[in-house]
Amino acid sequence: MSDKEPLFSAKNRKLLTNPLGSDNPITVQVLGICSALAVTAKLEPAIVLSISVMAVLALANVIVSLLRNTIPSRIRIIVQLVVVAALVILVDQILKAFAYDVSKQLSVFVGLIITNCIIMGRLEAFALGNRPWPAFLDGIGNAAGYGLILVIVAFFRELLGSGTLYGYKVIPDAVYAMGYDNNGLMILPPMALVVVGIIIWVQRSKDKSLIESN
Amino acid sequence: MKALRKFLDKKKPLFEKGGKFAKLQSTFDAFDTFLFVPDHTSKTGTHIKDAIDLKRTMSVVVMALIPSLLFGMYNIGYQHFLSVGETAPLMDMFVYGLIKVLPIVVVSYVVGLGIEFAFAQMRGHAVNEGFLVSGMLIPLVMPVEAPLWMVAVSTAFAVVIGKEVFGGTGMNIWNPALIARAFFFFAYPSKMSGDSVWIAEKADTFSGATPLADAAALVDATPAQAESLMSGALSQTWDMFIGLIPGSIGETSTLAILIGAVILIATGIGSWRIMLSVFVGGYAMGAIFNLIGANPYMELIPAWQHLIMGGFAFGAVFMATDPVSATQTTRGKYIYGFLIGFLAVLIRVMNAGFPEAMMLAILFMNTFAPLIDHYVVQGNVKRRLKRVKVKA
Repeated sequence: MSDKEPLFSAKNRKLLTNPLGSDNPITVQVLGICSALAVTAKLEPAIVLSISVMAVLALANVIVSLLRNTIPSRIRIIVQLVVVAALVILVDQILKAFAYDVSKQLSVFVGLIITNCIIMGRLEAFALGNRPWPAFLDGIGNAAGYGLILVIVAFFRELLGSGTLYGYKVIPDAVYAMGYDNNGLMILPPMALVVVGIIIWVQRSKDKSLIESN
Repeated sequence: MKALRKFLDKKKPLFEKGGKFAKLQSTFDAFDTFLFVPDHTSKTGTHIKDAIDLKRTMSVVVMALIPSLLFGMYNIGYQHFLSVGETAPLMDMFVYGLIKVLPIVVVSYVVGLGIEFAFAQMRGHAVNEGFLVSGMLIPLVMPVEAPLWMVAVSTAFAVVIGKEVFGGTGMNIWNPALIARAFFFFAYPSKMSGDSVWIAEKADTFSGATPLADAAALVDATPAQAESLMSGALSQTWDMFIGLIPGSIGETSTLAILIGAVILIATGIGSWRIMLSVFVGGYAMGAIFNLIGANPYMELIPAWQHLIMGGFAFGAVFMATDPVSATQTTRGKYIYGFLIGFLAVLIRVMNAGFPEAMMLAILFMNTFAPLIDHYVVQGNVKRRLKRVKVKA
């Protein structure tokens, strides 16, 4: 690889944009579904978790990429876990210090970033074989793709389930007075699965190349 | 009839390829085949020949539902006038119920068929027949005070997520009408449970508790409370059988449901094996609870009473027998039906959060129906292999 490659070459830009659409970690690679179900009842925790995942994934990608030539391949999973665990603890502590309420809401899910399949998946599939800068972009891109879906799901679930957005009431009382009611099913985890399913449906009917043949 | 046929034949070219309304072909085809039995036959594969096609099958089920619907209308009026303490002639009660129920039926059909037709046009296939029955089942399992827009949302959810995403009629895993009810139940619990939704314009002083709610209250009742509960609505077993109790629109009358069951069994459309085994399963679980008797609910409600309370009979006759989501093998039908009844009573008694467990039991067993079929078929294959080996 030539050292003269510009920082945002077409190839590097692809690393950022592909995960948002045709290579989305949730809707196409189907990774990280559990947290997508668990934290998307409201927008706030969804956004905070997305940012946390982004921080962990980008930094872990860079660190593993820097170490890639020195890690013996037999123990690479353990090394990756150590790196990710250290970063997750950092993020957890920062959240506890500066955003205590949200960190309580997210409870165990910050700690569980460590088992988020997206992170191990990207470390294995990308960071181990690429230089730090592309690895960093890949981390940002994939976390953004993950966050995008989380935010879309959380938007609909909070709007229809609680009538609020980011904690602010958006459906006026007059609508409730007319007989409108919040949809309690939206708050329950199954609806997150259904919403993700609908997103996948819409995405595949727009982009036929994603449809698997069998 | 002939004039209608002629009219349709004359209009037909307009809807065929190159015609003016070629895009609406599937809509035209749906109406044409609904009015007249089509004469085209399958071109490929092996098919079992039968006198009636799917549209005729569905129509029979709708006919079997008519007694429940009519009685439901009457009962709505009866319950309303009972709660406000007036006496009214039979016709008034019926008309009152008709006015209450008709909008729900219309909303269910308009929304459901609208989505079905839209999907058929978009995907360019024939309109599915399945909604003819679902559209009638949905209003019958709704509480009379259900807001119409909620019925519409539930119906839309059931048709799109419960059916169309799987590929339409014949491909769905769960019974669409029950999906609509489950959606309604979990999305708007305040409109689907409690004492106030089952009777139209109920007077506040009147207790609108269904027998099921009374029975669920038995779980933690003291002996004195249990006695008063048992002497209330729960002692009126004849009313329960006839259907003069509060409940969802079409499910209260076991008698009307049995008339429907006779129609379904006589025409060979509903499986008597499933119906029978659901009732046997429910009775078995009820009897086991009677033996255990750990709380007043288990002890005081006789096993047979479970079969006439709430939606048990309705679910057994009209929901569990849905040919798409039920098991297909004969032995599988017994297992499937038995477990539905068994689970329904189990959930009713053990989980006070779901007094009407029939819906959950059927949806649960719908999920397992393919698995049951798989093992029944595999078991048969194994047995026959063994027989061959012994001879050889």
